[in-house]
Amino acid sequence: MLASLPPSPSGLEQLWFTLIAVLWLGYFFLEGFDFGVGVLLPFVARDDLDRRVAINTIGPMWDGNEVWLLTAGGATFAAFPLWYATAFSGFYLALFVVLAALIFRGMAFELRHRGEGARWKAWWDRAIFWGSAVPALLWGVAFADFVHGVPLAAGHAWTGTFFDLVKPYALLGGVATLALFTLHGATFLGIKADGPVRERARAAAGRLAPVAWVAVTGFLFWTYLSAHHTHHTGLVPPLLPIAGVVVLAGVGWLVHERLEGWAFVSTAFVVVALFATMLLDLYPNVLVSSVAPRFDLTIAEAASHPYTLEVMSWVALIFTPLVLAYQGWTYWVFRRRVGRPPEVPGATTRAPSAH
Amino acid sequence: MTILAGISTLSMARWQFAVTTIFHFLFVPLTIGLGLLVAILQTASYRTHDPAWERVTRFFGSLFLVNFAIGVVTGIVQEFQFGMDWSRYSSFVGNIFGAPLAIEGLLAFFLESTFLGVWIFGRGRVSPRVHLASIWLASVGTMLSAAFILAANSWMQHPVGYTIDPKTHQAVMTDFWAVMTNSTFVAAYGHVMFAAFLTGSVFMLGIAAWHLRRGNDTVAFARAARVAIVVTVLASLATMFLGDNQAKAMEVQQPMKMAAAEALYNTERGASFSILTIGNLSDNPIFQIRIPHVLSVLATNSWNGRVEGINQLQAKDVATYGPGSYVPMVWLAYWTFRVMVGLGIVIFLLGGVGLWLMRKRRLERSNRYLRLATWLLVTPFLANTVGWVFTEIGRQPWVVYGLLTTAKAVSGVSAGYVATSLIGFTAIYSLLAVVEVGLMLRLAKRPPAIEEPSAEAPVPELVY
Ligand code: HDD
Ligand code: HEM
Ligand code: HEM
Repeated sequence: MLASLPPSPSGLEQLWFTLIAVLWLGYFFLEGFDFGVGVLLPFVARDDLDRRVAINTIGPMWDGNEVWLLTAGGATFAAFPLWYATAFSGFYLALFVVLAALIFRGMAFELRHRGEGARWKAWWDRAIFWGSAVPALLWGVAFADFVHGVPLAAGHAWTGTFFDLVKPYALLGGVATLALFTLHGATFLGIKADGPVRERARAAAGRLAPVAWVAVTGFLFWTYLSAHHTHHTGLVPPLLPIAGVVVLAGVGWLVHERLEGWAFVSTAFVVVALFATMLLDLYPNVLVSSVAPRFDLTIAEAASHPYTLEVMSWVALIFTPLVLAYQGWTYWVFRRRVGRPPEVPGATTRAPSAH
Repeated sequence: MTILAGISTLSMARWQFAVTTIFHFLFVPLTIGLGLLVAILQTASYRTHDPAWERVTRFFGSLFLVNFAIGVVTGIVQEFQFGMDWSRYSSFVGNIFGAPLAIEGLLAFFLESTFLGVWIFGRGRVSPRVHLASIWLASVGTMLSAAFILAANSWMQHPVGYTIDPKTHQAVMTDFWAVMTNSTFVAAYGHVMFAAFLTGSVFMLGIAAWHLRRGNDTVAFARAARVAIVVTVLASLATMFLGDNQAKAMEVQQPMKMAAAEALYNTERGASFSILTIGNLSDNPIFQIRIPHVLSVLATNSWNGRVEGINQLQAKDVATYGPGSYVPMVWLAYWTFRVMVGLGIVIFLLGGVGLWLMRKRRLERSNRYLRLATWLLVTPFLANTVGWVFTEIGRQPWVVYGLLTTAKAVSGVSAGYVATSLIGFTAIYSLLAVVEVGLMLRLAKRPPAIEEPSAEAPVPELVY
């Protein structure tokens, strides 16, 4: 066994694996609730005004949140070219579906209020629902596949087809992320929306919490079992997944007690814990081969040369604080709850017809 | 898979790249150009407190936003399709090409998306100063984003600051500064930026002219038209000047592209410039107009400069790189180059005549000019597209000039997958184009409401 251990990654490579993990975690934390709001749209909104309230809770931020994905993609390309090349061509059709979903979703946010007529809006509302639900599911499937293995043969050549990627474990992963993101969206609406949307989001969160708990717990348990089996020691002892499962168990209660802030913090923690568990499990690989362990793609093999990593480290060191500062500032600017306008004359009552 | 026997992954991947990138770049220059112009209009409005400036700011601001949306959603595809379709390329160049792409996300996309969010939703929530600053920051973000992606593209045109790792056969970066100061990049960045500014200004002029002809809000639209004319004149001069610079760099760095652009088969001194050819480009054209010596001057800055021909270059390339054809599609290079340059001249004339009418104070009443300006709205979009087709096609068969051929860059995925996504993206993009153009036309034709600007607000602002 020992002889087949992969070359251990250098400090710089570990740093970049960590940074990319952080980008993914940030992406799922932020766009996780965007997806959730999109999935919940048909359930928390009864009329157009409600729908606008729900959409406006994420209006100023969703594009910035999506940039976390773009940066994760770009950083993977630069720091681990072989990971970027192998994974994205391997997940070809799945990625195509995700991209198509993100296209419709993004267009919907930007265009739904610009057209007129109920049908125009109804189409874009459907785009928001499906454009959120599909990636919320498929990201879980993809990450589960990363961890559990993809059909990599010698030379990291991808040998399988689309259907190798849809296995029970991966599907459970997808269900877990879909349920968890939806719950995360519900707790987000709990802290950002006001009025009936807030109330319905609360009811939805109450009903979703047990479902999400079952799916996430089952998935994490399975992950732990198979990690243990393959000696992925990053998960032993499994503190992080246990913490996630425990915190998730409390969300229903927090929602019931109207501790909205805590409920949101909890779902955020669980999202991070879930994906961090998978990424820890992956270490020191970036892709696990389902054919044979010797075909795993390791961090060290996939990484760029030290010079590239060094340059990027400096850029990241200098600019990340700045980006975090101004993104944080916008969350501060838009900290107020979004609610239906009071039924009084003036700009507020006219605007609904314009959008 | 028998139905797909005739289709190769390579050809599907190339078509897909061409379709998605050309589509992305139809909207991007308008985003860059209009972003800057809206920032200028809003600055005027902020300084003067004049409601007419405010009206045009909002009017063009909402067009800018509708256009921006398409740039964003098609950009996501760009970010991932290198890995999907060009995985061998990606693992070959990732060390170098990936870095600007990653930095673009961190420096540019965060900036533009965040501050655009503030600009859209922040009206009334942040102070007018911060609101003005946010459109400027978003505009800077669009220009930064173009900078990094062009640095990456320029490295493909003219690789610098790298070595080839003997073990992995990957290109490895040795000098980031060299990559970011690549002479090809510096030349291309200026040309593309000014082309983007004139795309914004010709667009603004065309729409303002349409309203002026109908007498809608003439105060506001006359101002927009004046700003647009001045920007068009300046930007088209800069675009032409910098394009000529690029041609000179190209003659040194990619002589084959220049020879193809001129359909110059044999090396000449004091080469003439062909304006137009009817018939076959290769041997016996039926009809041609040529200006003596101009090609030599364009390419080398000297009257009798030597310009190499396709046949000689092909022989040289075979000697350097081994057997094969190193000639791109000559007719495409020839015509795309001509159309771009021709449109550049047309756009300059559009601006120049506008300036003259402005000085004569006849702009608002010159119906013929106004109608023409509206028709010419499409020219910069066409010029941008053919310019890129020329740049990318002229580089063939290389994807990284001199290092990696396009044929060796493609992914090992099946042609069926790529065909599926090609059809999928083409369908989605066509749908987007219809929705987008329809919406733009509607917004562009609706004159701004003079009484209550809030009804025209580009935002669902009530909720905040
Ligand atoms: C509105 C758009 C526009 C206009 C009016 C022009 N161009 Fe252009 N041109 C572009 C938009 C563009 C572009 C789309 O932005 C390209 C593609 C790649 C690039 O760097 O810029 C381009 C490329 C490009 C290249 C190829 C560079 C390369 O492949 O390395 C040359 C030589 C020129 N241009 C030259 C000119 C000249 C001499 C023009 C003037 C009359 C001109 N262009 C007008
Ligand atoms: C935005 C304007 C651009 C347009 C319109 C454009 C157009 C094209 C076209 C038409 C092709 C297909 C050529 C062929 O048939 O082989 C192509 C290929 C390609 N271009 Fe560009 N391109 C643009 C910008 C870029 C940029 C900015 C990059 C890099 C960052 C880039 C990288 C590539 C790559 C990797 C290929 C694939 C290999 C190839 O077929 O040559 N392109 N592009
Ligand atoms: C082929 C390579 C290209 C890639 C990988 C790429 C990537 C992207 C991505 C991911 C976005 C969305 C950003 C967001 O969500 O805010 C985007 C938008 C943008 N791209 Fe591209 N792009 C390419 C070509 C180009 C070129 C050639 C230019 C300019 C010269 C350009 C300029 C822009 C600008 C200014 C935006 C922001 C404005 C907008 O969204 O319309 N891109 N691009």
